[in-house]
Amino acid sequence: MAVVHTNSPGRLELPENVVIGRLDSLANWCRKNSLWPMPFATACCGIELMATGASKHDLARFGAEVFRFSPRQCDLMIVAGRVVMKMLPVLQRIWQQMHEPKWCISMGACASTGGVFDTYAVVQGIDRFIPVDMYVPGCPPRPEQLIQAIIDLQDKIQREGTISGREFDTAGRQLRKRSLVEIANPLSIDASRNPMMQRELAAAADAIAGRN
Amino acid sequence: MPFTPPSVDDVLAGLISRFGSLDTSVNRGQTRVVVPEPLAFEALAWLKDQGFDLLVDVTCVDYLEYKSAKHRYGLVYLLASTATNQRLTIRVFVDDPDPTVKSVVPLWEAANWLEREVWDLFGIRFTGHPDLRRLVMPEEFTAHPLRKDYPLQGRGERHNFPVITRDHS
Repeated sequence: MAVVHTNSPGRLELPENVVIGRLDSLANWCRKNSLWPMPFATACCGIELMATGASKHDLARFGAEVFRFSPRQCDLMIVAGRVVMKMLPVLQRIWQQMHEPKWCISMGACASTGGVFDTYAVVQGIDRFIPVDMYVPGCPPRPEQLIQAIIDLQDKIQREGTISGREFDTAGRQLRKRSLVEIANPLSIDASRNPMMQRELAAAADAIAGRN
Repeated sequence: MPFTPPSVDDVLAGLISRFGSLDTSVNRGQTRVVVPEPLAFEALAWLKDQGFDLLVDVTCVDYLEYKSAKHRYGLVYLLASTATNQRLTIRVFVDDPDPTVKSVVPLWEAANWLEREVWDLFGIRFTGHPDLRRLVMPEEFTAHPLRKDYPLQGRGERHNFPVITRDHS
């Protein structure tokens, strides 16, 4: 049973094995140590990606070894290899199917810039079409480089992450969320029996009034 | 007694006696015959009857700005005989503005995707093809990118996609 000791008035002393921290920090700690990668491997970088997950380099040491081939179960997309323009709509759809919070690593020269494939069919860097958090140079990068990128991404998640995902919020995103409420037809939904919806509608009305 | 297959020369002699004078040449043991476009389908059908039962490949070369070239596109049909292990290359030249040749899908089913690929990348139209759609490029692509007058980096097709930012995902 925990006992709270007080040596002096106004000062609280914690019992053993109790740590105080922000909830954001706790969530970030959980998230960064259990990244589930979505392997979007299209070329030789994919071989290095597999080597990274295999026993010698052992991505499990950093809690990111659970590769899943369903975007619904992943929060880290690793684009490993060149992406051709016929593949790009697939890449975008998979990115949109992944749940928040999610991050993206662009692995290798081709995914980051198109590499040597400056031809009509090859996308010149996936960051032109989807958001990217980390770039890994190399052709292909060694597993150590990918591991370094994952460690850096973990650092970024720990520093910037919030439990509500505010770090992803931008002005446009806020606007979009508001406008979604605006375009909902109030006549089609019975908000009178839903206090949460009433609050949201009231907030949306305030926001519109504030903007006008 | 070792098995001696009939020589390609005999087949060539038969081809020439049937379809008139044809330009033939031999390069590194490979016999090549140039067949005029109107005779191509009949000549290929006849060669199939002569034992060239396997269509190895159908492909194309764009001779734009090529020295001493008289035609724009050179179609290449690679034939082989599974019985005698002999090979024969048939070349058919076609020109702009509407390069067209009769499809050989009625002769060899294997020609289906090969001709679709040539249509996709070179824009050669194969009349009588059952399903002449693009094979490798996206359906909405409009150009034929292996033509020599198509720029290597394209005409902006690879940039023509919606951009997904953090706002949209």
